[in-house]
Amino acid sequence: MANLTTNFIGIKSPNPFWLASAPPTDKEVNVRRAYEAGWGGVVWKTLGSEGPPVVNVNGPRYGAIWGADRRLLGLNNIELITDRPLEVNLREIKQVKRDWKDRALIISLMVPCDEDSWRDILARIEDTEADGVELNFGCPHGMAERGMGSAVGQVPEYIEMVTRWVKKHSRMPCIVKLTPNISDIRKPAEAAKRGGADAVSLINTINSITSVDLDDFAPEPTIDGKGTHGGYCGPAVKPIALNMVAEIARSRETAGIPISGIGGVTTWRDAAEFMALGAGNVQVCTAAMTYGFKVVQEMISGLSDYMDRKGFTDTSELVGRAVPNVTDWQFLNLNYVTKAQISEADCIKCGRCYIACEDTSHQAIEMLPDRTFKVKDDECVACNLCVNVCPVENCITMVQLPKGQVDPRTGTPVGDYANWTTHPNNPASQAAE
Amino acid sequence: MSNSQLTPGIVPARLPASTLAENFTDHEPPLDRHEARVAADRCYFCFDAPCMTACPTSIDIPLFIRQIATGTPDAAARTIFSQNILGGMCARVCPTEQLCEEACVREAAEGKPVEIGRLQRFATDTLMAKGVHPFTRAAPTGKKVAVVGAGPSGLACAHRLALKGHEVTIYDRRPKAGGLNEYGTATYKTVDDFAQAEVAWLLKIGGITVKTGVTLGRDVMLGDLQAQYDAVFLGLGLAGVNALRVPGEDLAGVQNAVDFIAGLRQAADRATVAVGRDVVVIGGGMTAVDAAVQSKLLGAENVTIVYRRGREKMSASAYEQDHASQTGVRIIYGAAPVRVLGEGKLAAVEFAYTEDTPEGLKLSSETFTLKADQLFKAIGQTLAGAPEGLGISGGKLALQPGQRIWAGGDCAAGGEDLTVTAVAEGRDAAEAIHASLMGAAG
Repeated sequence: MANLTTNFIGIKSPNPFWLASAPPTDKEVNVRRAYEAGWGGVVWKTLGSEGPPVVNVNGPRYGAIWGADRRLLGLNNIELITDRPLEVNLREIKQVKRDWKDRALIISLMVPCDEDSWRDILARIEDTEADGVELNFGCPHGMAERGMGSAVGQVPEYIEMVTRWVKKHSRMPCIVKLTPNISDIRKPAEAAKRGGADAVSLINTINSITSVDLDDFAPEPTIDGKGTHGGYCGPAVKPIALNMVAEIARSRETAGIPISGIGGVTTWRDAAEFMALGAGNVQVCTAAMTYGFKVVQEMISGLSDYMDRKGFTDTSELVGRAVPNVTDWQFLNLNYVTKAQISEADCIKCGRCYIACEDTSHQAIEMLPDRTFKVKDDECVACNLCVNVCPVENCITMVQLPKGQVDPRTGTPVGDYANWTTHPNNPASQAAE
Repeated sequence: MSNSQLTPGIVPARLPASTLAENFTDHEPPLDRHEARVAADRCYFCFDAPCMTACPTSIDIPLFIRQIATGTPDAAARTIFSQNILGGMCARVCPTEQLCEEACVREAAEGKPVEIGRLQRFATDTLMAKGVHPFTRAAPTGKKVAVVGAGPSGLACAHRLALKGHEVTIYDRRPKAGGLNEYGTATYKTVDDFAQAEVAWLLKIGGITVKTGVTLGRDVMLGDLQAQYDAVFLGLGLAGVNALRVPGEDLAGVQNAVDFIAGLRQAADRATVAVGRDVVVIGGGMTAVDAAVQSKLLGAENVTIVYRRGREKMSASAYEQDHASQTGVRIIYGAAPVRVLGEGKLAAVEFAYTEDTPEGLKLSSETFTLKADQLFKAIGQTLAGAPEGLGISGGKLALQPGQRIWAGGDCAAGGEDLTVTAVAEGRDAAEAIHASLMGAAG
């Protein structure tokens, strides 16, 4: 069995599955249950400055979207940072850490944007023996209006400044959590690196309105007839998060900075994908909030089996393995030609590939009188839509044409690797001649 | 009364009233809202969906299921009713396992089709429970049409004609409208007097007059209808029953299964319906299964269906056969009656095993005898003669062009003898009548 132990910026945990700073990590009782279930680490829900705690709404604070069978695909929340007194959180953190020394325990922080506030809170937490801090520069609702959370995370100069303060006033490893509510994720990551951050974690939640009540005409979740944007997470945000992780992993300025991957991790496979794109570990929230803490057991067994299959003995062999294969569109091989192929044995004859292609794509699938479906190679551009709409996994596959074979659609033989930068239709390539 | 399952002869009240009530509750209880949403989520919204092709009335099944899935069951019901105004009854009695659900791609994929029949019932029940009729009549055309037979084909024809603004009069020989919906289907499939409720709801379209207790050829003649109306539709059904043609068939205790089923449907109190201790049903269709299962539910000790061919040839579906078996009915395949035995009244039936040969079914010399105090004949219904001026061809009404007579349902050629087929034929005949009447007018 593969060794899942990870060492993330000097913080050891028995597996790369951490619970993200969020409602599941707000109290001792939750965190103890999480450790008992097998989670490798926990980022304690964000602490604020000393003083009267923040208050939350007393109506609904979550909204959601669902797929078939009401499977939860996306969750949105308008909950703020911890609304419990600072001293209670600190006492509990210390007690839990004392009992669970082999697990990672990180404290998430969000205080006003001045050096004194940061110095004070860092001094307060030093005594807890927590393994590190995560700076919450991501929360998009409630705190941002008070100049914290994503209000800081959207300004790279602030990120750099605050990170510097933290590194100056604390010896703890420092993770900067990034907001995705920004046009280029590399800028805040670069700022964190300049400020001395040991790692970045991403993504925090995405600004969103999940739905509208069509009787009350108000966004959900609705509080007394009104609603506000909340932070969106869950399986639906994974593709956005994967891209942002990959952008940081492959950017020259930020390459190599440790990344804690967050965003819709629901199964071992999601976690492995984040890690392949450069994340040293992952943080999970929605999957636990949907199914309870036990889901980590599937993640552990799944990742372990996968690593065994691949012959990896350490997670470091997986981390970043897909990064070299993330490239820009212009470098994709335009002479890589594939055609859809439908397995008649697996086909259940729903016809969705046919109508998707016929109505919305390239009219490249033929429906025969006996309701069998056949790809017209001379029309198929290999767009993959049929694969994506087919209800049966692997019923439709994309088959590569070997080099030299004539593509019936274009009438030209498949050639060697060539991309847009040298394509005759590219004005830039012609200008270069 | 102190009858029990063991009481000899044909007697009522073999079971306590509470057991009878339980036995005749809804065969397949309706889906609740949550169940319907879960079931609807399984539909793939197929293109040119096989389920829709398999439906004799061509209901747009993927569309109505999507309408249920998106929380609009009334819209789903309108999708159903626009093709099949008796969609409520069909949801209850259709052999879906041989039609839409057999064709469902999830049957191919997983052996578990989308529950189309139950979803259809959910949608139609939801709208019908509101007591409103979803369609509005067109302006009156001044044309009058006579519909003979208030069964599924007649009702579907009348509704479609009324919808288009024609004035319709329905004649039926029975005291109540509904035809086989009222008199012919199993009681546990149409609980709470659904057939009558459906007729009342259907008639809300307006423009339809129903005259019951009127028999064609006796109380009213086809020639008179042709003279009084612009068109005539015949949905006569099959009023005759095939005979066994074996000695002893006229002994007391030998009955038509359809009469037993109708009697049970019409009984105000099921405890008054008499049933034998040892019941034998001869036949292989839905009528045989309905008679056998309901005999068992009334408390018969032993119920046996005997069918002359093999299981796969039986016109009752495998699902219905299994349902019969689960109820405690024994099914014997490959045997045919040779003699009905008894002194003055039925005592037993003698059967011979059959052999399916290339020359046809042959009786073997090996026989067996089943004890019986009640025997139901369920070997098919037949047209009880044609109205004057019309012929019979292949057991169905033969119509001549130019007579301004249309026909549908079991009495008409084409299609299987199913409720849903009758609805399709009635509806299509109405469209043909409408085209003919309006074409002539224009």
